[in-house]
Amino acid sequence: MGLTGLEIFKQLPKKNCKECGQPTCLAFAMQLAAGKASLDACPYVSDAAREALDSASAPPVALIKIGAGEKLLELGNETVLFRHDKRFEHPSGIAIQVNDNEDVKAKVEKINKLVFDRVGQTHEVNLVAVNNASGDAAKFAEAVKTAQENTQYPLLLIADAAAMEKGLEVAGANKPVVYAADANNYEAMVNLAKKYEAPLVVKGNDLNSLAELVEKVMALGYKNLILDSGSRELAKVIADQTQIRRQALKLFRPFGYPTIAFANNDDAIIESLNASTYVAKYAGIVVMNSAEAEHILPVITLRLNVYTDPQKPIAVESKIYELLNPGPDAPVLITTNFSLSYFCVAGDTEGARQPAYVIPVDTDGISVLTAWAAGKFTPETIADTVKNLGVMDKVNHKKIIIPGGVAVLSGKTAELTGLEVIVGPRESAGLPSFFKQRWNQ
Amino acid sequence: MAVNVIKERWTSKVAEMKLGPNEIKIGGESTLPFLHFEGEMPHRPVTALEVIDMEPEDYPDMLKEPFASVLNDPVAWAKKVVEYGADMVALRLMSAHPDWKNASADEVAATARAVADAIDVPLIVIGCGVEEKDGEILPVVAEKLEGKKCLIGCVTQANYKSVTAAANGYGHCVIASTPLDINLCKQLNILINEMGLPLDRVAFDPLVGALGYGIEYAYSIMERARTGALTGDKTLATPVVCFVGQEAWKAKEAKDPDAAEWGPQGDRAILWETTTATTFAIAGGTIFIMRHPESIKRFNAFIDEAMKSNAY
Repeated sequence: MGLTGLEIFKQLPKKNCKECGQPTCLAFAMQLAAGKASLDACPYVSDAAREALDSASAPPVALIKIGAGEKLLELGNETVLFRHDKRFEHPSGIAIQVNDNEDVKAKVEKINKLVFDRVGQTHEVNLVAVNNASGDAAKFAEAVKTAQENTQYPLLLIADAAAMEKGLEVAGANKPVVYAADANNYEAMVNLAKKYEAPLVVKGNDLNSLAELVEKVMALGYKNLILDSGSRELAKVIADQTQIRRQALKLFRPFGYPTIAFANNDDAIIESLNASTYVAKYAGIVVMNSAEAEHILPVITLRLNVYTDPQKPIAVESKIYELLNPGPDAPVLITTNFSLSYFCVAGDTEGARQPAYVIPVDTDGISVLTAWAAGKFTPETIADTVKNLGVMDKVNHKKIIIPGGVAVLSGKTAELTGLEVIVGPRESAGLPSFFKQRWNQ
Repeated sequence: MAVNVIKERWTSKVAEMKLGPNEIKIGGESTLPFLHFEGEMPHRPVTALEVIDMEPEDYPDMLKEPFASVLNDPVAWAKKVVEYGADMVALRLMSAHPDWKNASADEVAATARAVADAIDVPLIVIGCGVEEKDGEILPVVAEKLEGKKCLIGCVTQANYKSVTAAANGYGHCVIASTPLDINLCKQLNILINEMGLPLDRVAFDPLVGALGYGIEYAYSIMERARTGALTGDKTLATPVVCFVGQEAWKAKEAKDPDAAEWGPQGDRAILWETTTATTFAIAGGTIFIMRHPESIKRFNAFIDEAMKSNAY
């Protein structure tokens, strides 16, 4: 991977001028190596050193920006093969394809509705791919115009060079993805992409031809690129995506860009399953045909899961969650706001068809036992949360249920809240029988 | 310009497990999932459909429909499962649960034997989930199923001794269950192994979550375990059991027929279960215990494609 701090230090002016904000050149070199500083902060670095350092310190996968404005999409900057090694940085962009010989406006409006709420966060698709299926440049330009007028999402333009020119005249200012430069048209495509500073997909027929073509494109001075190895079959896409990521991490520069994978399939279930696989297996952009919620929601959900930072637990909001329209006699379940804790409790409660109030105490998103050990899940925090949220005003009893793993908190919690504290099961899977035996006798 | 394809030189592989009277083989991989260009995946991932030994109360209508006439009859249900093309039958002894029928060890063992005798595919037997009770019933079940080379679970820290001894004695394999922690998983595999059961007769269950409900935890555990297995850690080199159906069908996205904003339930529910399964398949899952026949059909079609050569 990148250079070590000492290797970088050798290239620096060693003036210790402090103008970069660091106490010494060595300290600055360490910050550079850690990716926490930019070489631009050094006013005295020589051009030769800058060139050497820039190419060596460039991230393994270049950062590529697509579109403009609020829905701008960033891809790249990835540093690992496995999410548990650090994390995946930029979630795959999901592109829904519309053909220029169908009702573009109707499909784009459908795509605009692919927005889902999950525990208070909004998740959506990212791109509209306009495909020149008609082969007619004027028709393509018209479709691009219609798409652009009807959506906030950046566009991905799929056309030959002639139609692309027309399409970019309409939408070029908003930096759509240009698809694609191949062995025959790459000079024309590079010129078009350059003119609008738009990201350009380089398409090979296999890894070798892709690497060759990327070098030719880079030799023309264009580095705003996305890679397509040309594979469309599941097993080959998995292999190519893995190779490209492995090569990029070993600093094989032609593969140091985000990728695009096409999941498009007439069978929407196959398309959705393959798209999910490509999201998990490194694709920067995944293209699909279906604009139906049932096919897109699984892909968006998997992306959310796989791209969470394994070192940062996801928290749910600490508020009253009402499951299955609970009445005044429904139980009040206390847990932490670690999303998995909440989901387990909510899932098993709903699975038992038990209406209930669930109260996740804010533990900075850590789980029951960890939060207890860290002093964040205590009689005090439980009592404060129950009081502040006012959940007891919604019920006609004076009982709360705490997780079995923290049974030791029951006495003090009862004292602080004045409520009866019932110790629930250790695992949420025990909730159905708990309700049966202890709540609904 | 020729690309020098990067192939990892793995030094070890996943243990190969043999199940059922016909000794169906699973596991044995010498690379990461579906990277056929650098190693072998001698056996494809396998599916099982669940059979419950009493009429299930928590099955949504969509899940009851394919088994409508057999929900009261585990033997008929198991035959139906084989008809639907599952590689194995996973019998869940729910009736033994103290909250349900609190059925005795002899009762559930008789059911398990009847099911095993009615099918020619391997049988997976899963207890009622209450550790103490499973520690009592599973040894009796193991005895009754002698010769059937079943996969029996789930074995936990609390009950592994009695179940492991019986499984070992009567020629079965066990499912070792630990909650989402790779070190606990290793530890339980070691404890089981120390009782004399070879590691190629243990499969581990990391207590997977469904798509949208913590799937990423088990996903990463499987990736880590597979990497460990390939670099020589025998205690992680056991096939992985994924309880996909049980988890996926808890999710609102699968079981809610009325959530219009998520599209019609048909494709949505099947995708919820199948995406959960395919995601674990690309992380290193081996045995997929599912609930809907359409899901295993879809899963198998995916695996057909994923098993194709990608040699460079």
